[in-house]
Amino acid sequence: MLYFQTWKVALILAVCALGVIFTLPNAFSTQTVESWPGFFPKHQVSLGLDLRGGSYLLLEVDTASVERDRLNNLVDELRTALIASHVGYTSLGVAGDHVSVKLTDASKYQDVHDAVVKYDPDLQFTTASDGTITLKPTQEAVEKRRQSAVDQSIEIVRRRIDETGTREATIQREGDKRILIELPGVSNPEHVKALLGKTARLTFQMVDQNASADEGRAGHVPPGDEYLPATENRPGLPTGYVVKRRALVSGDMLTDAQPTFQENEPVVSFKFDSVGARRFAEATKENVGKLFAIVLDNKVISAPVIREPILGGQGVISGSFTAQSASDLALLLRAGALPAPLTVIEERSVGPDLGADSIREGTTSCIVGVILVVLFMIVFYGLFGIFADIALFFNLCIMMAALTLLGATLTLPGIAGIALTLGMAVDANVLIYERIREEVRGGRSLISSLQAGFERAFGTILDSHVTTLVAGALMFWLGSGPVKGFAVTLSIGVLTSLFSAILVTRLQIVTWLRRFKPKVIPI
Amino acid sequence: MFRPLIVIRRIPNIDFMGLRMFGFAISAVMTIGSIVLFGVNGLNYGIDFSGGIVIEARTPQAADISAMRTKLDSLGIGQVALQGFGGPNDVMIRVQRQPGGDQAQENAVTKVKQALGPDVDYRSTNVVGPTIGAELIRAGTIATILALVAIAIYVWFRFEWQFGIGAMLSTLHDTITTVGLFALLQVEFNLTTLAAILTIAGYSINDTVVIYDRVRETMRRYKTMDFSTLINKSLNETLSRTILTVSTTALAVLSLFFFGGQVLHGFSIAMLWGIVVGTYSSLFIAAPMLYYIRPKGVHGRGGEPAPSPASAHPSPGTKTGAP
Repeated sequence: MLYFQTWKVALILAVCALGVIFTLPNAFSTQTVESWPGFFPKHQVSLGLDLRGGSYLLLEVDTASVERDRLNNLVDELRTALIASHVGYTSLGVAGDHVSVKLTDASKYQDVHDAVVKYDPDLQFTTASDGTITLKPTQEAVEKRRQSAVDQSIEIVRRRIDETGTREATIQREGDKRILIELPGVSNPEHVKALLGKTARLTFQMVDQNASADEGRAGHVPPGDEYLPATENRPGLPTGYVVKRRALVSGDMLTDAQPTFQENEPVVSFKFDSVGARRFAEATKENVGKLFAIVLDNKVISAPVIREPILGGQGVISGSFTAQSASDLALLLRAGALPAPLTVIEERSVGPDLGADSIREGTTSCIVGVILVVLFMIVFYGLFGIFADIALFFNLCIMMAALTLLGATLTLPGIAGIALTLGMAVDANVLIYERIREEVRGGRSLISSLQAGFERAFGTILDSHVTTLVAGALMFWLGSGPVKGFAVTLSIGVLTSLFSAILVTRLQIVTWLRRFKPKVIPI
Repeated sequence: MFRPLIVIRRIPNIDFMGLRMFGFAISAVMTIGSIVLFGVNGLNYGIDFSGGIVIEARTPQAADISAMRTKLDSLGIGQVALQGFGGPNDVMIRVQRQPGGDQAQENAVTKVKQALGPDVDYRSTNVVGPTIGAELIRAGTIATILALVAIAIYVWFRFEWQFGIGAMLSTLHDTITTVGLFALLQVEFNLTTLAAILTIAGYSINDTVVIYDRVRETMRRYKTMDFSTLINKSLNETLSRTILTVSTTALAVLSLFFFGGQVLHGFSIAMLWGIVVGTYSSLFIAAPMLYYIRPKGVHGRGGEPAPSPASAHPSPGTKTGAP
């Protein structure tokens, strides 16, 4: 079967040619490639952050806190409802994953039930024998809130990063409650981390001027109040405030926030939407002369006196801002609050010069590897070695073309995978050639030795390639970051080498046979 | 055209089966040694697995490591290891895993960067929280076990189950001794090392498959040959290609070892060892093991004392011993 049908020859040549064409852009700088005429392929293989420099951040959304907040709010809501309908209660509070309450008058159960269901329809009510009622959110509701918290977090993270002007950032969901952020070109992500580390939940709450801050610090606050520390301790100002839990207005009603200056101090100006503006106007009208606290992430930025009703829905937040912190706060307020805190659980950042070093080292080892393997094959197999080397060249090209076209990301371990497949690609040639040698020794004719060599070696080659692919697939599936990059190039390399070592080599040998009609095999 | 170099001009006649007890002994020592070393020394886990912080910093002038150490020791972030590497301006800073979860790691990085000031160029920063480290160890272990099982199943389908067991045991031997080597040398064991071990599992099976393939072929051709002789014959016939295929891969890995830089160091050490030990185990473990697990259609008695090289020629006596 040392004969190729014309269409097969054409196909093999076409694949090789395409391999070379699509690899070419990778050999030039991006600027050079851009200047090429339009019909030329311009895609270059995308480099991983370890090669081009940049940061990789893996964040985890604290989804448990979403549920905790939800239950705390439920307690507040329930308390308001109980007081409003004059129902006596004891031991109201959050216990683990549910809220429990005991009514002094058990006959009022239905009223309470109706009031709460209006607030949250996804609650399961159970009454214990001692009359304690537990309100537990359904599993589906909890799951739904978790999912939407993660989705919302991704959206907010994207907005915040966009606002910083970072280009080409990728933000994607990873697993159940993680967010993966890649920031090419950002080798010191401290600023981004600082921005993402804030929930940025802004509220305006009335200060309870009847309660003492010292008492509050010790944990004694009137019902419906809470004690909040100040953002920073400034001489002459309290270190904390007792404020009403219920927020007058919150940051989600803002339409804009900008850093600006007032009396040469950096401040943040804000603008409410119509609902927020109306609520703010009413609240300030009722409370002229009193203090209200501007609270960010449970810390009081400042607590100014309401001098006059604020009707225009606009205002400024002052505090001891620097120009940077004012502009950061404005950015956070514009982008919106995170539904839950985020924690960085993995950070990897690489500076651009280290990346360049890695590219150089990776390329050098590939080139040296190629030279060694090429020489080895020529020394041990002569002309057939050259055939194998030509196949190896096309293998490299097809592999690079595949990586480019598939949009795979090339990392340093990925380059190691390429170097490794170079060595393994010629293994297939060795298997075939050694088999041919054996057959020649066994006294077979030239043609039948070649034929037997290719046919018999094929099964073995397939076996060894499949086992390597198995390992590659597992690495891709279970591995992370560097392991994945390696698995991609290894697997693609193994597949392309199957093509090049068998078909490209065979085509060369067949052409050589027909052209020169040799009497002996030169191996 | 010049004549190619032929290493093995004639098929050699090495009595691998006669050496099998020797091979088993060496492998037993290496395997048990590896397990003991792993238990006693443990592995020098990189931060991928242990969690913690590694910062590569480049200072504007030659790095004053002791001054930097004094600065960092006063931060209260526990043990900080500084180490020069590469040029005189390069310092590797390792901070032990911070107690108190993922957020604590991040805070420590900020502290270190503040303490060293703005003149330092941070070439790379790696922070791995305890959550991730534990997950990576678990995923790595699962991947390795699955790889071994998957390969055994594949070999079982392509050959017979006896071959599958032989292949899996020799591959297991290769991976265990690779881990043992890392426990012995205390070279950093990180994610790329793990990738190397999985690759070894895939690659070391290559030689084994080549040899098994030949054993099967010879079994079909010489239905009455003594099994031990048959294995020897197959090993000798494929020896040339075993050596050559290993050499080509070894060349590629050697160039990675010498030119691939710091990051790929552990990877290339593991691969080099894996290639060498994988070849050894194919010849001295995987093939002789078939003698004991005896695939169907095999002749000759099992459990006999190692045959002398003279028995390389089948004798009528062995034929009758067929099960």
